[in-house]
Amino acid sequence: MSSRDVVLRRVREALGHAGSASGEPAAAESVTSEAAEYRRVGELDAEARADLFAERAAEYRVRVRRVERDGLPSAIRAELEAHGVRTAVAPADVPEAWRVAGVHWRLDGAPGSGGLLDTRALDATDAVVTGCALAVAETGSLVFDGGERQGRRLLTLLPDLHLCVVREDQVVQTVPEAVTGSEDAARRGAPITWVSGPSATSDIELERVEGVHGPRTLIVLLVR
Amino acid sequence: MSGGTPRARPFSKAAREALQDTQLRRNLARATSTIREKRLRATEELPDWQELREAGRAIKAHTLAHLDHYLMRLEQNVVARGGQIHWARDAAEANAIVQALVSETGVREAIKVKSITTDEIGLNDALAAIGVHAIETDLAELIVQLAHEPSSHILVPAIHKNRAEIRALFLEAMGIAPSELSDEPAELAAAARRFLRAKFLEARVGISGANFAVAETGAVCVVESEGNGRMCTTLPDTLITVMGIEKVVPDWRAMEVFLQLLPRSSTAERMNPYTSFWSGVRPGDGPQAFHLVLLDNGRSEVLAHRERRQTLHCIRCSACLNVCPVYARVGGHAYGSHYPGPIGAILSPQLLDSPEADTLPFASTLCGACYDVCPVKIDIPSVLLDLRLRSVERRRARRGRLAALDTEDGAMRLAAAVFAEPRRYQWAQRGARLAQAPFVRDGYLERLPGYLAGWTRTRDVPAVPAQTFREWWRERRGSGGSQR
Repeated sequence: MSSRDVVLRRVREALGHAGSASGEPAAAESVTSEAAEYRRVGELDAEARADLFAERAAEYRVRVRRVERDGLPSAIRAELEAHGVRTAVAPADVPEAWRVAGVHWRLDGAPGSGGLLDTRALDATDAVVTGCALAVAETGSLVFDGGERQGRRLLTLLPDLHLCVVREDQVVQTVPEAVTGSEDAARRGAPITWVSGPSATSDIELERVEGVHGPRTLIVLLVR
Repeated sequence: MSGGTPRARPFSKAAREALQDTQLRRNLARATSTIREKRLRATEELPDWQELREAGRAIKAHTLAHLDHYLMRLEQNVVARGGQIHWARDAAEANAIVQALVSETGVREAIKVKSITTDEIGLNDALAAIGVHAIETDLAELIVQLAHEPSSHILVPAIHKNRAEIRALFLEAMGIAPSELSDEPAELAAAARRFLRAKFLEARVGISGANFAVAETGAVCVVESEGNGRMCTTLPDTLITVMGIEKVVPDWRAMEVFLQLLPRSSTAERMNPYTSFWSGVRPGDGPQAFHLVLLDNGRSEVLAHRERRQTLHCIRCSACLNVCPVYARVGGHAYGSHYPGPIGAILSPQLLDSPEADTLPFASTLCGACYDVCPVKIDIPSVLLDLRLRSVERRRARRGRLAALDTEDGAMRLAAAVFAEPRRYQWAQRGARLAQAPFVRDGYLERLPGYLAGWTRTRDVPAVPAQTFREWWRERRGSGGSQR
């Protein structure tokens, strides 16, 4: 008998239906949503959502700047300059206007199509510029699913500065709304990463310190 | 852990020793009181916290009731996305699986994300036995690994160490000159960043645990703060994840509940810095070989018992440790297991099944603070009582006919007989009043003789008063007092 069979048999015996598999349970989806009346959808309008996101992200030491659509390239340039960025990387599909002058840019190919940068080259790069899939107002979080303008997971991990462009219409209010928003990506099997503030630890006397292994500086440009 | 294995001892012995360590008690008091207040603020901010707890409980109960189904569904979806599933009946089998997988790659070092499950099975030692060094990359895990000590807290394994102690460890282990490193947490974290970055970039094998696994999509989830989890799950060519079978959740939507419950309960944050989900392998993005080891190791036995099954709801947030008056004084090492605190006091006796672990259900005042904070509503006090009963029954069975000579057992039987009959109870009160006379100090019994000394060594007992309530009541009625 394989270990798989042994473990499954033990589980079935413990549940009191030895021998056979338990049937398809009453739809799991309904168990989750009907389990209790917790809040799923927020009540804020678009403007209030963006304000709340900006406030909460800043509380976790994200540098948040509100910009107009036209002013985005100059805002990117100003932020990168202010942080002394000389080399930056971006996913191949970011708009050309984001790749501002004054910085040496390297592009990372879309997954599967080749042209992926070497890990050490990424590590030696000052900054990364990406978009995101969603942003969550109540928790100040960014959600990445490897989709448009986001690139693969390593991009937003190795460089010490991450500049993320968020459109106001990408901001949802609650965690359940964000989970629903990435349901399609999850079903496709895409890797999903939630980022809330720069890398941090509370391991020494439970004092929160920014900056362990991930990017130590996280900048969000929130575009109207 | 990774620095060592906890020593198995009866809790009362281990606790007495731990209480002598005043530095430990200071570190613990400071850390646990800070996190208690923060957690309260983080949970009070949500108007639907109680509804979320109930949802978390209901999802876990549902999953466990159909555990075979969801495990098979998880398997199916992980395999469909290019991952491999391995089933392990126990720790030895899980270790053998990981040893074989690591051997195949030919590496001498592997990077690890903090995982209590791999601590539970002693994976680091098993890897060392085949010449592979498992490098702990979580800051606190690195600290205890460098100190060659076991972890003392689920979430903050080095909670028993203060900044000066950590600085001293880093100076020695990382070869840093004393003038180049202060004891500021930010500087200590930066030192760890430099030390580990080189390891991350070289690593070809990563090893992790899992906070959740979604049956519906095959996604495995790691919740963390530092980014070492992201490093370990994206940089290496091969990723091996070991998870207990109870960590599966039915569907993607369940994550909307647990992503709210876990961070607020554990680190008292609205959201932890990094949460990663991955399903199998993805070409050009992350490890190209993924192995998921599904571990039983006693969990199916816990599942079989109706009252105790809820132990498996645990999402390892550690809120119960931080509110526990016992944990806050003795610390994690006294529990002699990788699972300390109230949850450890119910989980360890069931998973370890040893006489030492059987003393853990008594490491509680039954105050119930753990139940109040538990994000998935595990009724820890009830399970503690159930396991106390089991422990007493086992002791009786071990002693056989000698059980009649057991002092505690005899005292409890006598007490049961006395409390069962009003008349016996009154006689006992009168008898005690006469017998206690030489020992009463200011209305309390502070030191009793003989066998009873054990009781008063750690407690003061209120003396039986000159007039008991029953006597007062009788007198009142006799004197024609009002009888409303």
